[in-house]
Amino acid sequence: MDKLPEIILQISVYFVSAGIILSTLRMIKGPSMADRAVALDTFTVISISLIVLIACLSGRVIFLDVGMVYAILSFIGVVAVARYLEGGL
Amino acid sequence: MEWNALLGSILTLTGSIFLFLGALGIYRMPDLYNRMQAGTKATTLGTMLTLLGIGVCHTEWLGQVLILIMFIALTNPISSHALARAAHFKGIPLTEKSIVDKLKEEENRLEVK
Repeated sequence: MDKLPEIILQISVYFVSAGIILSTLRMIKGPSMADRAVALDTFTVISISLIVLIACLSGRVIFLDVGMVYAILSFIGVVAVARYLEGGL
Repeated sequence: MEWNALLGSILTLTGSIFLFLGALGIYRMPDLYNRMQAGTKATTLGTMLTLLGIGVCHTEWLGQVLILIMFIALTNPISSHALARAAHFKGIPLTEKSIVDKLKEEENRLEVK
């Protein structure tokens, strides 16, 4: 009973990993370039959650900073791809 | 057993189920705009719940996690809005089942005037 929170966290790691696999499949399959950009957006948001879950499971606070920098860089990347698709870059 | 750890892990499990459903919508939906709708809303809620659960679980990380939640709540709608706008002006078609396109109607009305 003492281990219950850790087991629930490990189950949620499985759910998040399944989400990452599904969005990666869409990124491979997507017919046009905008589909791949949308899948990339979802992929980065899900992997921020995975990074913070790994921070909680391993107990190292440095992964929170990694997740923060990853969020900023992925936001800039997705907005740059969107501007490129629109033709404004 | 510490009750905040149990509460935080249950919040995290709920958020991860929302993340999985958002990714399932990304995979299964027929159209770019439907996919964007499923992928953005569900993953925003799921990420916020997951990070809040981690913050409740480890109370000393709560400030940093709240900053991350605020950043995601600010930037995720902006990026999806930019992507939808780019896709619409690039001329990516809607699926055949969709019945209304308000932005195209507005563009036609402005061109007629």
